[in-house]
Amino acid sequence: MDRLRATELEQRAIEEEVRQGVLTTTLAKAVNWARKQSVWPVTFGLACCAIELMATGAGHHDLARWGMEIFRASPRQADLMIVAGRVSQKMAPVLRTVYDQMPEPKWVISMGVCASTGGMFNNYGVVQGVDTIVPVDIYVPGCPPRPEMLMYGILRLHEKISKRGTLT
Amino acid sequence: MRPEDLAERLRGIFEDVLPARGEVTVTVDRDRLLDALRTLRDQDGLQFSFLSDVSCTDWPGRDPRIWMAYHLRSHSLGQRVRVKVGLPEEDLRVASAVPVFPAAEWQEREVFDMFGVHFDGHPDLRRVLMPDDWIGHPLRKDHPLGGVPTQYKGAFVPPPDERGL
Repeated sequence: MDRLRATELEQRAIEEEVRQGVLTTTLAKAVNWARKQSVWPVTFGLACCAIELMATGAGHHDLARWGMEIFRASPRQADLMIVAGRVSQKMAPVLRTVYDQMPEPKWVISMGVCASTGGMFNNYGVVQGVDTIVPVDIYVPGCPPRPEMLMYGILRLHEKISKRGTLT
Repeated sequence: MRPEDLAERLRGIFEDVLPARGEVTVTVDRDRLLDALRTLRDQDGLQFSFLSDVSCTDWPGRDPRIWMAYHLRSHSLGQRVRVKVGLPEEDLRVASAVPVFPAAEWQEREVFDMFGVHFDGHPDLRRVLMPDDWIGHPLRKDHPLGGVPTQYKGAFVPPPDERGL
């Protein structure tokens, strides 16, 4: 009976707090929460994976639910690079340049087996894994991955962002 | 005109003419390549005025090892002919066909890129498909088929106004 009463009191206290509109957290958590709510990707579709990437952004799957429907054409305005498709050896310096031009903090999703490992293109023309050029946060497997798969990768990236302890 | 008739006509000009499977192949020494191409292009009754392809093959263990192949087309005859030149492994050089057929420029760049053949007199002999700082010639038979490591050496792409385009 006493325990029940104590819970009730505690709940009332919390409700009182909410009514006052006060929430306590750390600055890093608040900033990272804001960051993960709108991760703007830079346009980097390279092959057939880009078709699924576009499908993910379009109305049916709707990336706008996570505030990331705007694929930026300028790396200066982007936080996330989704490398969608095979990267040719000649594309490597371009990709690295675009990555370098993105402001910190930035993240990279390697979408599909070709971007992750070279995939079926085990030859002289294709980079054997985009992680030889830029640091990769999330690898999304598939050939190509369905939009659901990419969205799962994006949600895992959100998790990763929100767990960063630091502000930088 | 059948390919055999064309071969018969060419035998009066070239020594090594081989009609096989409906295709005519002329094999010449590499010093005689430009003369052969000019003759095929200009002579009445031939007029192979269109260079449709420049390609290359690698035969390890054979001498000569690298064989250039020039594929010509005569619109007036409705015939095709192939000109082959063998290049020894230790001296991969041949005269550029650009003075005779300007269309050969990028084709020869590709052969240079993939096989490492040097074309004397080529106006702009650079790699065309692989990065400029790439090491190796990927279409040679001794180049590995797969598992080629990434040759990224930190190259930077300058902005368009600084590229000198």
